[in-house]
Amino acid sequence: MAVTKEAPKKAPSLKDLSYKQDLFAGGHRLCAGCGIPPIVRQTLLASDYPVVVVTATGCLEVGTSIFPYTSWRVPWIHCAFENAASTASGIESMYRALKKKGKIDQEIRFIAFGGDGGTYDIGIQALSGALERGHRFLYICYNNEGYMNTGIQRSSATPLGADTTTSPVGEVIPGKREFRKNLTAIVAAHDIPYVAQSATIPARIMDLVTKVRKALDADGPSFINVLSSCDRGWRHDPADTIKITQLAVDTCYWPLYEVENGKWKLNYKPKEKKPVIEWLATQGRFKHLLKPENADIVRRLQEKIDRDWEFLLKRCAE
Amino acid sequence: MAKVVAYTGNMAAAEAMRQIDPEVCAAYPITPSTEIMQIFAQFVADGQVSTELVPVESEHSAMSACVGAAAAGGRVMTATSSQGLALMWEILYIAASLRQPVVMAVANRALSGPLNIHGDHSDTMGARDSGWIQLYSENAQEAYDNLIQAVRIGEHPRVRLPVMVCYDGFIISHSIERMELLEDEEVKGFIGEHHSLYPLLDVDNPMTHGPVDLQNYYTEHKRQQVEAMKHAGHVILEVGAEYGRLAGRPYGLFEKYRLEDAELGVAVLSSAAGTTKEVVDELRLRGVKAGALKLRVFRPFPAAELAKALSGLKAVAVLDRADSFGAMGGPVFIEVRSALLGLPKPPLCINYIYGLGGRDLLMVDIERVYDRLAEVAKTGKVEPLHDYLTVRT
Ligand SMILES: Cc1ncc(C[n+]2csc(CCOP(=O)(O)OP(=O)(O)O)c2C)c(N)n1
Ligand code: SF4
Ligand SMILES: [Mg+2]
Repeated sequence: MAVTKEAPKKAPSLKDLSYKQDLFAGGHRLCAGCGIPPIVRQTLLASDYPVVVVTATGCLEVGTSIFPYTSWRVPWIHCAFENAASTASGIESMYRALKKKGKIDQEIRFIAFGGDGGTYDIGIQALSGALERGHRFLYICYNNEGYMNTGIQRSSATPLGADTTTSPVGEVIPGKREFRKNLTAIVAAHDIPYVAQSATIPARIMDLVTKVRKALDADGPSFINVLSSCDRGWRHDPADTIKITQLAVDTCYWPLYEVENGKWKLNYKPKEKKPVIEWLATQGRFKHLLKPENADIVRRLQEKIDRDWEFLLKRCAE
Repeated sequence: MAKVVAYTGNMAAAEAMRQIDPEVCAAYPITPSTEIMQIFAQFVADGQVSTELVPVESEHSAMSACVGAAAAGGRVMTATSSQGLALMWEILYIAASLRQPVVMAVANRALSGPLNIHGDHSDTMGARDSGWIQLYSENAQEAYDNLIQAVRIGEHPRVRLPVMVCYDGFIISHSIERMELLEDEEVKGFIGEHHSLYPLLDVDNPMTHGPVDLQNYYTEHKRQQVEAMKHAGHVILEVGAEYGRLAGRPYGLFEKYRLEDAELGVAVLSSAAGTTKEVVDELRLRGVKAGALKLRVFRPFPAAELAKALSGLKAVAVLDRADSFGAMGGPVFIEVRSALLGLPKPPLCINYIYGLGGRDLLMVDIERVYDRLAEVAKTGKVEPLHDYLTVRT
């Protein structure tokens, strides 16, 4: 592996990145059209430093590490589901211990990947603890809005109305009854140096790369919440992953912003804010919402998005 | 040379940790082990150790951080009790299967519910199948000695397993006893340099730790853990003998107490072994051929050696400080009895549960066990096989 001892300060172009070695090998078992691989590839390409990666149990871990194969050309560890952040705390602490003793002189960065289940739900305590303790690591939540690896169950990142196997659409209940929680804001409330929301979309092709680079240079914990389509769970054509992700941003369902040392900044303002129904209409999990009897759910979703968007604009002083 | 001190078990454990000076220690408070981390945090604050202390937000995270830190490449220690150990459960297995030689002090405490903060073995006995080596300590001295040896045992290239060093909550953790300390340099020399295997921080040689392991390989990896446990048995003996040369206190798999010509024996571990030895001495004065066996190593279980040591007895009682609900008896009994059954003429074997939730075990209680053993030896009748000492009826 090519190791850069000092971080070049200049941001790479897309072309520069195309010359770098891909540290995430192909041949993994994630589904065709899965939103996770571009997130991981871009993250690893973005770093000027050698990295150590922790991955929580979930699709990413299961799809990339079936013994005796591995997709990881970086040091990598999977410990369990809810503890990517605490496992990373241990690694980062050992790094500091060995650096202090002069047994290591390399600049190394630490990245933990967790799904929304492993981050919003079962792992939120470990995450919050690690952020409060100030470990210098980047936590990336690849948020596909459900427990996909175990067969598409609802999580607290699943939006209102979504059809999942534990919030199924039935005769009397039309899918998930609760709104998703705003984890990015919860993390921002920890007052860590860098927090962002991102998505791999054509309209901001370098969004994630730029954010990963900022995060890795932050002197403390950092967190990026990245929307990640799951064509199996969201039920859409695998070829539409990027298009649908772009639509999530264009409807302001998933705004791109960052909170750098407490300062909120909007990174992308759609030219024309599209109605959420357009995003809903692309996915099988929302199919029932298009029926007239569920119009109220769509209305509530739209209202919430509008309110959140206005609030975000204010926070970002837009 | 040896420094004589009056220490509690927790002070002894913290002192061993100071001398070991691990690179990382991640821990969370819980009675009765809390004090270890308090004392150790003071060592950190006073610059007496170079350890990175990670004051995590739960024991689950404590063990997870320990696994991460150990895989990163260095020495790692922690401490806990009871509910804390229970919360670590999931990660105990992972530490063992990732072959990370984490060393943990456990001040044994009863598991809830109902809530009870006092010493029994339900916490560590429940973890007996987690893949950790388990050493049980009779007193503060042994807790200290075992912790230092644990580093060598766990890190041995043919072992590479985590080790828990157990001692009774309150009874040992909070009682002051006379004990001897080694010099810092002696401990340093004994444990030696740490050698990591495939450390994560070796970024030039990337390694994948903790992959998905399916039907085609999982069994072989489990089998390797079994082999490592077997090697551990030998390594524990080697390390125990070497420690004896250094400290004047050699350690084996168990301690035989007046067993040579004994007819009636009690097998027991941890602090109750001390009381049992006193009873043996008294009974001997009265002409009773009593003996005792104090088990030190419960994992790996030294079945063959133990059976041999007890083979000359007529009757054996196993004292368990934890029950295994619905089983034939307590966890120690089940193992001792099945070890004995391999003998051509096995001694008769019975089980008593004692001391749950920290209930006192008095010398008279143990005398009653020997009385019962005399009867068992005479009549050959082992029923009831599994009974309680000092229980309301
Ligand atoms: C303690 C624990 N509980 C439950 C599981 C089962 N489990 C494995 S992956 C998973 C869902 C993961 O969801 P998420 O974190 O969103 O990742 P994704 O599968 O969507 O990639 C669950 C529930 C587990 N491995 N460990
Ligand atoms: S189930 Fe969904 S998240 Fe999992 S690999 Fe397939 S597309 Fe990706
Ligand atoms: Mg998910």
